[in-house]
Amino acid sequence: MMGKKMRKKKTGKILGIFKRREKKLNRSAAGNTILFILMTICGLAMILPLVMIVNNSLKPLDELFQFPPKIFVRNPTLENFSDLFVQVNDSWVPFSRYILNTVIITGGGMVGHVVIASMAAYPLSKHDFPGKKILFAFVVMSMMFSWQVTQIPQYMIISWLKINNTYLALILPACSFGMGLYLMKQFMEQIPDSLIESARLDGASEYRTFWSIVMPNVKPAWLTLAIFQFQQMWGNTGSTFLRDEQLKPLQYSLNQIAAGGAARAGAGAAVTFIVAAVPITFFLICQRNVLETMTTSGMKD
Amino acid sequence: MRNKTTDIKEMTNAESIAARQNRLSYRIKKERASYVMLAPYFILFTFFTIIPVAMSIGLSFTYYNMLEMPQFVGWKNYIKLFLEDDIFLISLKNTLILAVITGPVSYMLCLLFAWIINEFTGWLRAFLTLVFYAPSICGNAYVVWNLILSGDRYGYLNGILLKLGILDEAVQWMKTENYVLPTLVVVQLWLSLGTGFLSFIAGLQTVDKTLYEAAALDGIKNRWQELWYVTLPSMKPQLLFGAVMQITSSFAICDVSIALAGNPSVNYAGATVVTHLLDYGSVRFEMGYASAIATVLFLLMVGTNKLVQRLLGRVGA
Repeated sequence: MMGKKMRKKKTGKILGIFKRREKKLNRSAAGNTILFILMTICGLAMILPLVMIVNNSLKPLDELFQFPPKIFVRNPTLENFSDLFVQVNDSWVPFSRYILNTVIITGGGMVGHVVIASMAAYPLSKHDFPGKKILFAFVVMSMMFSWQVTQIPQYMIISWLKINNTYLALILPACSFGMGLYLMKQFMEQIPDSLIESARLDGASEYRTFWSIVMPNVKPAWLTLAIFQFQQMWGNTGSTFLRDEQLKPLQYSLNQIAAGGAARAGAGAAVTFIVAAVPITFFLICQRNVLETMTTSGMKD
Repeated sequence: MRNKTTDIKEMTNAESIAARQNRLSYRIKKERASYVMLAPYFILFTFFTIIPVAMSIGLSFTYYNMLEMPQFVGWKNYIKLFLEDDIFLISLKNTLILAVITGPVSYMLCLLFAWIINEFTGWLRAFLTLVFYAPSICGNAYVVWNLILSGDRYGYLNGILLKLGILDEAVQWMKTENYVLPTLVVVQLWLSLGTGFLSFIAGLQTVDKTLYEAAALDGIKNRWQELWYVTLPSMKPQLLFGAVMQITSSFAICDVSIALAGNPSVNYAGATVVTHLLDYGSVRFEMGYASAIATVLFLLMVGTNKLVQRLLGRVGA
């Protein structure tokens, strides 16, 4: 099956950018053109604000306050970034500390969530045990409301657990997001039962089956999970739980700098750029990986 | 071999074995590994989701300021919410308007764009995915809309309209009551090609290609029929997932409103249930009342989701 997929991919490349299937009747040239034009217009509308972010970060101050405002920068300069750098070096807590905090919080939340959620998703998708339905129903339910609903009691619980003002206050709740588990379970259900059955017959324990049979087969899914989780964690300033300046993440300190008003408009533009660029870059890397995994999985067969 | 042994067992005393296998304790023991694997997740889940929801419902019947013990006040919070609190009613109305518009529209956009992107291959597909997905992951970079909508003539929108002669003077977009909600709808739509969108792309990739060939032989003529009869039924799990994502996020609009219109916004034009909740929860510290708002929000979100899930169950049928 996988070999067939590859062959089709190759023919697709030769024939052009549009996919060709055995029956070409399904695709009219007019339809393709309309779709292409539609995508170009919508794509431009989607990307315009992002283009502004990039251009603003490169604009010297006089261009930032120019009438009429121009979208594209005339005399690109890295002044804003050097301004930001100066601000950063002045900060009371060494800037590297903020970066370290972000790495710990984001990394901990990502790895913890992917491992814990996949571990729970495996029995939920492939085993039959008492209580399975109700547990999963709770998880699905948890995705049907946003975090603001549980915000107040969650704060109290974190205080009672004595993890307020520690990294754990951000990492532990992040590990138990419902969406990751749901998504993982959906993907795991597509793994053929025969694969798991044959591992079992070979004498592999459940834990081993999960780790060396199931997990490698759902690599696209856990990369996707990692992207979502990164995005959630990256935007978090942590100001609800973290009071010590030494524990606060990068996002917090960047927001502080950007909040400096007109005098810091340049540095602020640079901050907006960095805040947007990091998760987009991360997605870009992971997206490539997902595509890569799909091609390599095709060659094995 | 395994089958043989079970066959023999079944022949000797099939009934007693069947009875034993059905006993709950036996089944729990047999699936011990499952419970071990579930434990870490569900312990955290209980602490950070199940207990908080229960507490939120409980606290909504109390007066609680986080300093004194909560006092039971019965339905008083809810009565105040729906009969006395005009701002809550405004925010509820705004939330419903935003959800009814952005929810279905963003869902359709997610599906449409994912489906079109799936028609492309290679780097172009990767690039398009990135272009459409990027706004929703760019952190709080939607503050760039503040530049576009800025009330002075340096704002992009004002700048362009002034230059074209459509406006005579700069408009305070986010400070004019009538413009607030429509603007929030636009920005929210721009941000809304998120998780659901990615899930649709992933779902479209998992559709079994042989189904298309079979469908073509069965007389499916164009891509629209293909979409309805083959693609959509094949990606039902993703469709349901996407619906949950879009509905929940469309009811939870708050950060965008605060960043663009402020909290409180002009004449509460941008107030949503969540901004109202934040107002009482983290500014006034009336936790009992805030919990009542949270409970209403909870019921609203879960109720809508359940309803839509039932509707989507009929896709392709």
